[in-house]
Amino acid sequence: MNLNYLEFEQPIAELEAKIEELRHVSVDGDFNIGDEIARLKKKSIKLTESVFSSLTTWQVSQLARHPQRPFSLDYIQRFITDFQELHGDRSYADDHALIGGLGRLDGRPVMIIGHQKGRDTKDKLFRNFGMPRPEGYRKALRLMKMAERFKLPVITFIDTPGAYPGVGAEERGQSEAIARNLYEMTDLKTPIIATVIGEGGSGGALAIGVCDHLVMLQYSTYSVISPEGCASILWKSADKAPEAAEAMGLTAEILHSRRLVDEVVAEPLGGAHRDAEATAVSLKNALSSNLDRLSQLSVDELLEMRYQRLIRFGQAEQGG
Amino acid sequence: MSWFEKLLPPKIKTDTGIGKKGVPEGLWSKCPACSAVLYGAELERNQFVCPKCSHHLRISARQRLDQFLDKESREELGAQLKPTDEYKFRDSKKYKDRISAAQKATGENDALVVMQGELKGMPVVVAVFEFKFMGGSMGAVVGERFVQAVNASVRHRKPLICFSASGGARMQEALVSLMQMAKTSAALRKLGRLGVPYISVLTDPTMGGVSASLAMLGDLNVAEPKALIGFAGPRVIEQTVRETLPEGFQRSEFLLEHGAIDMIVDRRDLRDKLHSALSMLRN
Repeated sequence: MNLNYLEFEQPIAELEAKIEELRHVSVDGDFNIGDEIARLKKKSIKLTESVFSSLTTWQVSQLARHPQRPFSLDYIQRFITDFQELHGDRSYADDHALIGGLGRLDGRPVMIIGHQKGRDTKDKLFRNFGMPRPEGYRKALRLMKMAERFKLPVITFIDTPGAYPGVGAEERGQSEAIARNLYEMTDLKTPIIATVIGEGGSGGALAIGVCDHLVMLQYSTYSVISPEGCASILWKSADKAPEAAEAMGLTAEILHSRRLVDEVVAEPLGGAHRDAEATAVSLKNALSSNLDRLSQLSVDELLEMRYQRLIRFGQAEQGG
Repeated sequence: MSWFEKLLPPKIKTDTGIGKKGVPEGLWSKCPACSAVLYGAELERNQFVCPKCSHHLRISARQRLDQFLDKESREELGAQLKPTDEYKFRDSKKYKDRISAAQKATGENDALVVMQGELKGMPVVVAVFEFKFMGGSMGAVVGERFVQAVNASVRHRKPLICFSASGGARMQEALVSLMQMAKTSAALRKLGRLGVPYISVLTDPTMGGVSASLAMLGDLNVAEPKALIGFAGPRVIEQTVRETLPEGFQRSEFLLEHGAIDMIVDRRDLRDKLHSALSMLRN
């Protein structure tokens, strides 16, 4: 099994392996098999298209946390210039699971804040698997307040399984840190655009997710609890995660149809990790055009719009 | 056993004796903490605090309102709002059926009851979670009722008091329930700007999305003794860190020690203490 491919992608992986093999043969051999490679390449694209045209919610969940999926810093490297990471919450520590800093988007200075996961084991531990502690949320709030002072728009990237469930995190007020961010972000006097780039897990995601415009990448997810968590509570078994994912409808497509998400940015065939460059370009374009739009508004208009956007959540779901 | 009880490690459960029973019914009952046999009427007179060991039993939203507010001039808000199962959520049971079962068991439409009334003559708005309604979980109706409570506070410049008892956001309402955290916080921000006081009273238990939004945002955060309060459930933490949790972890006294709450108040003193604090804030 090719680990660069998910289980449901294995037929594609096999085809790609065959193509790779043929490429080596063609170097050694004296007859041209370019035609055969082209034919297989076409077949592989067709197969990928067909697999990706009917993904289940669970398959999307797996793509959202694909080990090779671009993380916050991958996008920052690709389309933010002059990025300067800023560290620390000024009272306890610097949280490596939540990063932030100044940079330019199309030349315009912005504050960027995002969850950061790690690629290899060492890096994963360093980033605490993208699960922030209270100091991470407090750093994010500090940077947002700074953005407000200097009239910089805030761009956030959401990609976390959730806030870290640890003893120290509880001792230092994980609940309060998240609640404080929600409270302050609803009233932050500068535009906020949030994008779910991978996993949007629960309160730990929302704590940098209150915004004027919510974007999701096509194969990202956003939910109140992880599918595994939901399954172990409601089905009493984590094995039922696929059913839980289905029931919660946590994909960008479904959430957009329920009007909980404002915009879905399409990913390249096979997902963001197959072409991070192209994904970055699409994301940057979406961010740029929305920043243009939001910066036309006065602060009062902006805050009123944000308030109405938040208050509307759930109003369709109740009778009476 | 509710899903929330399942989150508690057995140690914590036996330590404090918080079983699934809240207020015992019938003439005689046993204190879940000290096992003293208690006479029902006496227990009720004592606001469901064990006269022997001062253990605070869980009480229903209506019992709370009854104890806390003056008898006269009570008016319920948002009672007409009812939960719907817009997205046909289904786990081992249908969400729709869970709602009906909870409604039947509690006599409430959803997990939050809001009333305007008076506290020792001071006009206030009070929101109370009903823990027996699906673990006091917050979905669209709870969020909307809470916003209505805040709006009533804003309109009449009346202090807001919220008694939380909740396992967190309601999973069956998926992302809508998560968004209630932002929605309720946005409403509270409005109240904060006006300088109308908001007191959050955290009661046993206040966890997850409710703790990480409206319950931690009080001008004063007050807790009843020995209430379980936190973000992640103790069992989830134990599984993550693979060590046993310290004694009294995530209890009110622990939160006070770590600076998360202003004070711990005995239920029998709540009316006096909150009235006194509010009258100073409203000076």
